[in-house]
Amino acid sequence: MLEVFIFATLNGLVTGLLLFMLASGLTLIFSMMGVLNFAHASFYMLGAYFAYSISLYMGFWMGLIFAPLIVGVLGALVERYGLRRVHKSGHVAELVFTFGLAFLIEESVQFFWGPTTKNYQYPDILDFPLFTLFGQEFSAYRGFMIAISMGIFIGLYRVLTHSRIGIIIQAAITHPHTVSNLGHNVPQIFMGVFGVGTALAALAGVIAGPVLTTFPGMAVVLGSIVFVIVVIGGLGSLAGAFIASLLIGLLQSYAIASDVGMPDLLNLLGLSFERSHPLNDLWTVTLPQIAPILPYLLLVLVLIFRPTGLLGKREE
Amino acid sequence: MGLVKKLAVWIGYLVALLALPLFFDSILAISIFNQMAIAIVFALSYNMLLGQGGMLSFGHAVYFGLGGFLAVHTLILIESETVYFSIILIPIIGGVIGLLMGVFIGSFSTRKAGTVFAMISLGIGELIAASSLIFYSFFGGEAGISGDRTFGPMFFGIDFARDVQIYYVAAVWVFIATVFMYLFTQTPAGRMANAVRDNPERAEFIGYSARKVRFISFCASGLFAGIAGGLFALNYEFITEENLNAATSGRVLLMAYIGGLGYFIGPIIGAVVLTLMNSLLSNYSQLWMLYLGIMFLLTVMFLPRGFAGFIMMHELAWVRGKLRNLALPYLITSIPTVFFVLACVAMIEMSHADEEVFHYLGMELNPAAVMTWLITAVIAAASLFAIRKSLPQLREAWDSANAIADDEEG
Repeated sequence: MLEVFIFATLNGLVTGLLLFMLASGLTLIFSMMGVLNFAHASFYMLGAYFAYSISLYMGFWMGLIFAPLIVGVLGALVERYGLRRVHKSGHVAELVFTFGLAFLIEESVQFFWGPTTKNYQYPDILDFPLFTLFGQEFSAYRGFMIAISMGIFIGLYRVLTHSRIGIIIQAAITHPHTVSNLGHNVPQIFMGVFGVGTALAALAGVIAGPVLTTFPGMAVVLGSIVFVIVVIGGLGSLAGAFIASLLIGLLQSYAIASDVGMPDLLNLLGLSFERSHPLNDLWTVTLPQIAPILPYLLLVLVLIFRPTGLLGKREE
Repeated sequence: MGLVKKLAVWIGYLVALLALPLFFDSILAISIFNQMAIAIVFALSYNMLLGQGGMLSFGHAVYFGLGGFLAVHTLILIESETVYFSIILIPIIGGVIGLLMGVFIGSFSTRKAGTVFAMISLGIGELIAASSLIFYSFFGGEAGISGDRTFGPMFFGIDFARDVQIYYVAAVWVFIATVFMYLFTQTPAGRMANAVRDNPERAEFIGYSARKVRFISFCASGLFAGIAGGLFALNYEFITEENLNAATSGRVLLMAYIGGLGYFIGPIIGAVVLTLMNSLLSNYSQLWMLYLGIMFLLTVMFLPRGFAGFIMMHELAWVRGKLRNLALPYLITSIPTVFFVLACVAMIEMSHADEEVFHYLGMELNPAAVMTWLITAVIAAASLFAIRKSLPQLREAWDSANAIADDEEG
């Protein structure tokens, strides 16, 4: 029991931290421009694909450095020539634009790389068990994922709270006009934040690609979960996004690892139903089965009872 | 517009709907018309939310899909003679389910518009799509469920075995649904939906509950989405999880947006154009989804009010009788545009051509030769340059067509 719990916790931590790398960029972009970027997970996918292509010629480590840079520049270009243009037409148009962008990126990935799964591997140097616990191995690559994401979280937090550029960004979120009057180029700051946000998503893609497989549907798989996290954590709150990421990561991990379900609950209550009952599916459902829908259930509940999210301040 | 003129538009719409199969009677055409009919009702119901009510939904397929599932279950019940029910009334079943789901989900999701509403709709959409794979006996897993529409009481001796017979049923339903959705926009509830969309605070201030107004629009929208789902069930006789997941929700958003949200006719245009593209383009190219994505982004960027908005931009010039003056400038710009698009498509297709020889517009291109690429690239660049050169004359013609109108008014 204990070993299951410990490994579920570790796996939940890996997923949660990975999700945070996506959620942090998304929530930063939202607090700046007030727009939820539907294409955010698509940049994550682009990161994985670029890293795969680079790794074929120059190895994994070059991909780790250059893929996020390329995607970050792409993201900045999208902001400069796409989003800024659509901004005039209002928030709905912006949301719809990013929605269309996600669609287009998925199709483009299929166009350039094909519809099949890519054999993107992590480097041999990280291919060893980090430690063995209760006879189970915990791979070094997962440890590496935890290290990178923790590093990003701490670095991002330091930059935003302790550096000059971080202070300007924070000020631009709440008082864009004042910041502009003080002589800073606010649109350029927005472009920079969008670029860095997409680069972070790409970095998550680079390190997640080998573990979660690199295929054209990988953006869809993670996309809506990241949305859920940002909303549950409170739109625009970095700390909220961190908590929500870990919460969702651990929740899903525990649900999958557990082996309880409705039959156990019914046994506990002393109830039983025949197999031919029309609601048979409902009486036999197990917790691992419903693990994929738990985040959405949580999202709907949070939005009904606390629309601002866990740590959010504003509603709109 | 006078009453006679208004009625003439509607009668023309009905005649067009009913007469279509007389002109195009191939199996492919009928199947496209049936898809259009479903898409029109679905897109119009979506526009009730987003265009008229200002509620951006990412889970509208829930009402469509659940309506469809219940409709197929009804078909199964009719087949097993558990219930006695005419299949032409199946869309009512879908509509009632859509309405009930709308009442239930709307009761908590319409409190706020904007991002909160959009996120709740996304959450519910994902929740139901994911649950549909778990509850196998009702949703049938990935394979879905299927029925047979030829059972039950006959309608004047028609057994609805052929698609064209279903088309007439669908056409009548499309007409009824369109009329009622149009009438809804004219009711106080429909008018208030516009007011709440534009300024909820002000609407509250004069004594309307923004939440209640949104709720009414939401329920009505669910009803018509369910009717569309019922039509889907009648046409295909099966339904799968795919019809209530995010992809379907995304497609209806695309249709309504490309058509034009601000206009009643917009979603109809969007539904017709997208269904045509879907059925015809997919015959010619495997990459049609890529073109669709590009077209969608360009529409959002350059025609924020959709196709309908683009047409309505010419209203002033039309009223002033200046539309003629725009014809030549449009022609001049459109010629290089056509060349540019064709050259780009040629390059995209050539990069994916497997064969030695690539057939394109009656020409035989060789994708392996550098020369072919060079020529298409030069054509694309030259036509892009010509487009840029031709834009000033178009703008000038546009300004003069509208500016003189201003003088007359002033």
